[in-house]
Amino acid sequence: MDRLNKLLRNLPAWPAYPVSLLYIGWLIWLGATGQLGVEPVETLEHELGKVALYLLVAGLAVTPLRRYVGLNLMKFRRAIGLSCFIFVLAHLLVWAVLDVQALGRVWADILRRPYVTVGMAGFLLLLPLAITSNTLSVRKLGPRWRKLHRLTYGAAILGAVHYVMLVKGFQIRPILFLVAILGLLALRIRWKSVIQSVRRKNLTPTR
Amino acid sequence: MARRWTNTLGPRDVTPEAVFLNRRQIIAGAAGAALVGLPGAGHANTLEPNSWEDITSYNNYYEFGTRKDDPEKYAHMLTTEPWTVRIEGMVDRPGDYAFADIMQEMTVEERIYRFRCVEAWSMVIPWTGFELADLLELAGAQSGAGYVAFETALRPDEMPGVHYNVLDWPYVEGLRMDEALHPLTIMATGIYGKDIPNQNGAPLRLVVPWKYGFKSIKSVVRITVTEDEPPTSWNKANAREYGFYSNVNPNVPHRRWSQASEKVIGTGLFPTRQDTLMFNGYADEVAGLYEGMDLSRNF
Repeated sequence: MDRLNKLLRNLPAWPAYPVSLLYIGWLIWLGATGQLGVEPVETLEHELGKVALYLLVAGLAVTPLRRYVGLNLMKFRRAIGLSCFIFVLAHLLVWAVLDVQALGRVWADILRRPYVTVGMAGFLLLLPLAITSNTLSVRKLGPRWRKLHRLTYGAAILGAVHYVMLVKGFQIRPILFLVAILGLLALRIRWKSVIQSVRRKNLTPTR
Repeated sequence: MARRWTNTLGPRDVTPEAVFLNRRQIIAGAAGAALVGLPGAGHANTLEPNSWEDITSYNNYYEFGTRKDDPEKYAHMLTTEPWTVRIEGMVDRPGDYAFADIMQEMTVEERIYRFRCVEAWSMVIPWTGFELADLLELAGAQSGAGYVAFETALRPDEMPGVHYNVLDWPYVEGLRMDEALHPLTIMATGIYGKDIPNQNGAPLRLVVPWKYGFKSIKSVVRITVTEDEPPTSWNKANAREYGFYSNVNPNVPHRRWSQASEKVIGTGLFPTRQDTLMFNGYADEVAGLYEGMDLSRNF
């Protein structure tokens, strides 16, 4: 594991950004040239949304992987998070511009369609995280930065719930995403200290 | 008795002759009906049928998977020959009807219909088929019956999607008797004059153009004429979202999305979005069936 960690330390994180942008550009090109089927917009929306969910899961896996497996991917966490934001933003823009097509209808959907409301809330939670994902902000905000970035947990849950809510019938894929995200969040809870604090409470003399 | 209803689409909308040539379903009567049309009679003269590719590669047929391209990928596994339809219940001549025998008795016509999915997308499809009323007549449906129930084939060996409980299989649907007997209601057996592809519901499927697409049940193996309103699959799965009637209605939104407009399939990366019409544009023909009913409650 140490050798792997050493190897990873020499790997740059920055290629994640051009790769993300190139992939999005390639998808749009496929759609424009009729290679995404007869309804390219839906395919595009779903693909962008799915990649964003994968990246949310990947970002949430960094800490548990270090704690329980000893694999250190901390260096890539910012790139994972910002790439995720790029995909969420592209997903949102494709939906608003190519699918819904009118600002009035976009607004109506946000207010009236629960799965759109949930997705939008998730996006809004990601916004301050994307803005503060730079070394200067980390330095300036200090310990508040870590607190702020716990919004990721909320955004991830909202993202998965958004997916669960929009499918028809009982489908397994969105539920697997939700379970994976809740599982990764559960791994963060320090059960020992939770149990201890509960015990301590119970042991407190009543008099 | 066929040809109770004639397309309101103009002659320009009719299937190109070349497409029709060498197709086994050209019966003199059908080809004639397709060419007649009523120029200038309809509001829909500008409608243009979707391409064969649009119609056969973008399908909801959950028995083969929930992705739009799953049916095209997997539906070839379905054996459609031989095929029998069991017609039972309140009919004078119940029994197993071989598909080939049914086709001998029916008059096949072309019907160019709008198709509106509950997911807010639409196509225009040049179906060929026969009126359901004729099939019900063949089996001797009794006049006292109130409803007709339909069932799709359930073949776990041939349908990879049914291993997931997305819906309670087999897929079932139903119509009120007056809806079933309406001349717009057909059993489709072809598209563009070719045999209907498996992913579109081979060898025969219901088409009720004024209702959301999921009412138009595919690959029918059983038709039961009954007294009571039969259970329907999407209503069983989620009664708040899917009612028994499921008439296309821009004024009654789905619980999770608006039904006021629809995306036109096959219009590229910046797709055409158009207003959804009441009863999918067939209000003149079918609004009378629902007179006095509160359509926001009976959705």
